[in-house]
Amino acid sequence: MRRKAYWGLGIVLILAAYADTASFSKQISADDRIRQALNRLTFGPRQGDIEQVKAGGLKKWIDLQLHPERIPENPVLIEKLKPLDTLTMSSKELVRNYPAPGIVKQMVAGQVPFPSDPDRRLLIQKIVKREEAKQGDAAAPPDAPAQDKLAALLTPDEIRSLRTGTPQERLAALEAFPHAKQDEVIGALPPGMRQGIFAVAPPDLRRRIEFTGGPAQVVARDLEEGKILRAVYSNRQLEEVLTDFWFNHFNVFLDKGADHYLTTEYEREAIRRHVLGKFRDLLEATAKSPAMLFYLDNWESVGPNTPAAFAGGPKGPRRGLNENYGRELLELHTLGVDGGYTQKDVTEVARCFTGWSIDRPNLGGGFRFAERQHDLGEKVVLGVKISAGGGEKDGEKVLDIVARHPSTAHFISKKLAQRFVADDPPPALVERMAQTFLKTDGDIRAVIGTMLESKEFWSEGAYQSKMKSPLEVVVSAVRASNGNVDFAQALVNQVAQLGEPLYRKIEPTGYSNTSREWMNTAGLMARMNFAVQLSGNKVPGVTVEQTDSSTDTALGSPEFQKR
Amino acid sequence: MINRRVFLRNSGLAMVGAGTAPLWLERALYAAGTPAPRKKILVAIFQRGAADGLNIVVPHGESAYYGLRPTISVPRPSSLGGQAGKSAIDLDGFFGLHPSLAPLKPLFDQQHLAIVDAVGSPDPTRSHFDAQDFMESGTPGLKSTDSGWMNRALTKPVGKVSPVRAVALGAELPRTLRGAGAAVAMQSIGAFQVRDQKAAAEFQKMFEASKDPVLQATARETFEAMAMLQSIQKQPYTPATGAEYPRAPLGDSLKQIAQLIKADVGMEMAFADIGNWDHHVQEVGQTADQGKLADLLRTFGQALSAFWADMGDRMQDIAVVTMSEFGRTAKENGDRGTDHGHANCMFVMGGDVKGGKVYGKWPGLQSHQLYEGRDLFLTTDFRDVLGELVSRHSGNPSLQGVFPGYRPKFLGLV
Repeated sequence: MRRKAYWGLGIVLILAAYADTASFSKQISADDRIRQALNRLTFGPRQGDIEQVKAGGLKKWIDLQLHPERIPENPVLIEKLKPLDTLTMSSKELVRNYPAPGIVKQMVAGQVPFPSDPDRRLLIQKIVKREEAKQGDAAAPPDAPAQDKLAALLTPDEIRSLRTGTPQERLAALEAFPHAKQDEVIGALPPGMRQGIFAVAPPDLRRRIEFTGGPAQVVARDLEEGKILRAVYSNRQLEEVLTDFWFNHFNVFLDKGADHYLTTEYEREAIRRHVLGKFRDLLEATAKSPAMLFYLDNWESVGPNTPAAFAGGPKGPRRGLNENYGRELLELHTLGVDGGYTQKDVTEVARCFTGWSIDRPNLGGGFRFAERQHDLGEKVVLGVKISAGGGEKDGEKVLDIVARHPSTAHFISKKLAQRFVADDPPPALVERMAQTFLKTDGDIRAVIGTMLESKEFWSEGAYQSKMKSPLEVVVSAVRASNGNVDFAQALVNQVAQLGEPLYRKIEPTGYSNTSREWMNTAGLMARMNFAVQLSGNKVPGVTVEQTDSSTDTALGSPEFQKR
Repeated sequence: MINRRVFLRNSGLAMVGAGTAPLWLERALYAAGTPAPRKKILVAIFQRGAADGLNIVVPHGESAYYGLRPTISVPRPSSLGGQAGKSAIDLDGFFGLHPSLAPLKPLFDQQHLAIVDAVGSPDPTRSHFDAQDFMESGTPGLKSTDSGWMNRALTKPVGKVSPVRAVALGAELPRTLRGAGAAVAMQSIGAFQVRDQKAAAEFQKMFEASKDPVLQATARETFEAMAMLQSIQKQPYTPATGAEYPRAPLGDSLKQIAQLIKADVGMEMAFADIGNWDHHVQEVGQTADQGKLADLLRTFGQALSAFWADMGDRMQDIAVVTMSEFGRTAKENGDRGTDHGHANCMFVMGGDVKGGKVYGKWPGLQSHQLYEGRDLFLTTDFRDVLGELVSRHSGNPSLQGVFPGYRPKFLGLV
């Protein structure tokens, strides 16, 4: 039976392939065009969006989305992003203001200065004190139960006041304590109670509650929450979609050591700035970013026979070439796996990039060319000779070669078409996009323009054919139900539950742009559960409008999984 | 047999209520009615991050080992002057287990635990991503393979198929279980359900009517698996006496795999993983029983031995195999850790396993014996181990399809 079913499915798929050409030329109706544009160029339509685009004209709307700098940003978003102060900090500032335990130790030892902001300094000194207390009291169990910790701080009456009544009353009870004591109490609260107060707390107190989980954690939280808030609220939707696309293309993993502090700046400066710019600029921004240099180990790559290779002394460890970045640059960032390069090219590229390093990654340092690590010899990359002695310029020459390579034009165009048009985009469309890429020296806006002017983008073959990613399904559900996001951590968790933990794709491939990645039982079930939770207003921090009783399943319906 | 049938009928009738029995139940009842032999089960555990095999299965008889690792080696067994609890547990006079793996020693002695050493993927990559990918796809060096060896190892289904035939514990279906065969990923048995029953029924109708064949088929599998897992979840699970699973993700995963096995729902392949083996820095503390590796191995050893104790006689039908993408440098680095290396060790545990022995040819650790002058040389392909299990334990007759382009050489493990 089962085998027959598979056979049947196979035949359907083969027929579908033949039908493709026809379905990608058959055009959709004018109304569907608006839906298609909203589904593909935004994180899903909000109530009223369709009418609005219709009134203003689809062409004009698309043109604006292609020029985000001309769109005034949503004041609601600006207000919501304000408390997330890490999002505007440099990596250096992040390390100092939200230090990991190791950095706190260095601050105490006087190797790293304390932050200049007095409040922040106070918070960090408290962490130091807490750590010292733990060290001094080695006999005590490392984690006393929350009740005991509370009991040591408060009278039974005071504890009761934090436990009973409405969340607002509990908040009032907490706020009645002197400022310094509040922080101690927050630290001693069991997680459930803390979360309850968090939900109703004003921004400043929320920040302090978050801080008790460790300052380093705030950095990650802000990044994740910021992504959700922007996706839900930004008026510059295409820019958001593309920031997601390009970050994923040039993926880094937030939990790999120093990248915890390097990713915020990476997304803001290397990715977001260039999403509609020249590919060559985007590529260089990523290549020189500390986040990428750290993630793919290039900062440690050392040319053989360089001074750095022997720095460990005659008997010490010999450092050597690391091909990680060189390989992924060719395979994933530019030419593609079938782009026509050899293992020899990978090694040569890696040699060119030796010395592209970071000035102390753990302190949030920037790009640094480390002469002592650089392989001075001649290299040949994809048949192009790079003369000896080029130094830092070697890497730039490699970027010139690969950014303008026809394989790159094709690979990038196909990936864009896969994200925006269909899982298996028509080759003719990809070819036209690649031609634009080559003609315009990799102008991303122009390539997307070609795609948006194509008949394929507006065809029946493309319409409603894409399976939403977890991020897309979560955000589009909030947008469709006119949700208000007070805080986004629960939504962040939902996206992870559905299978796409944000900033945490460990592999350099990023998440796939096709349905295959998301079509599995656990993911599907999580989608249904999310729909029920969201429409029942059971996702903490989010309030949706309840229109009628059918909504609770509508957001989990098969149709809603598609875009 | 009787117990099993009773269980199925009870749980089945409880859930069927009005309407027809779900497909899976029909299958299960059908299976219970025929005196088919019990299915063999293969459990694979992936140690992600490249575990340091040389400190897990310690070549204490190799003096070069101590030369290469002056500060992080595991001392020779206590019989040879080491301090009990802080040195290797001797296995055969040459190899010893890391002290944190003490719970596994009895299994080795009872000849149910076999170790394969100097084993791994022949691909030279030292990238975690590539190496895990290759080990999971079962095709080293070939990136284009789009399914995993474990999925391909599922034999052609005969008759009715369980929706939980292949299960991975975790949020995502791992590479190794992706492919044509139905496989499910779950974070836990209990969490695998749509929490609102009315909505669940509506969803089921909607997806059944979906015009998207792939979405429809996935939904069907999902609802079948949900029904089955919910019925299991109704029975509270108490592990057998003496089976103490560590409070850690791997402990939870193996406990739930045990629960699925005991529920007789037709599971044949199970997958779990345990991360954080990438010990570049501070791998070993002041003594060998301290530090990151020692802590992680404690969990690892306890989880395996608890699973063993929990399964009891059923272990006759089960084989557990462990793997990690590659080993670590033979020489310690400057940070009391090790870097990415090559060959590693694998554990194979089961009732039909010929244990009590360290398999594989030992290549030595003298500098000329090392792979690329730095790592343990590989003498056994990981597909030799997996291939033998898939073939002799799970009974898949076609290894060509499981490991295309490779002919596994059996070691005589089962």
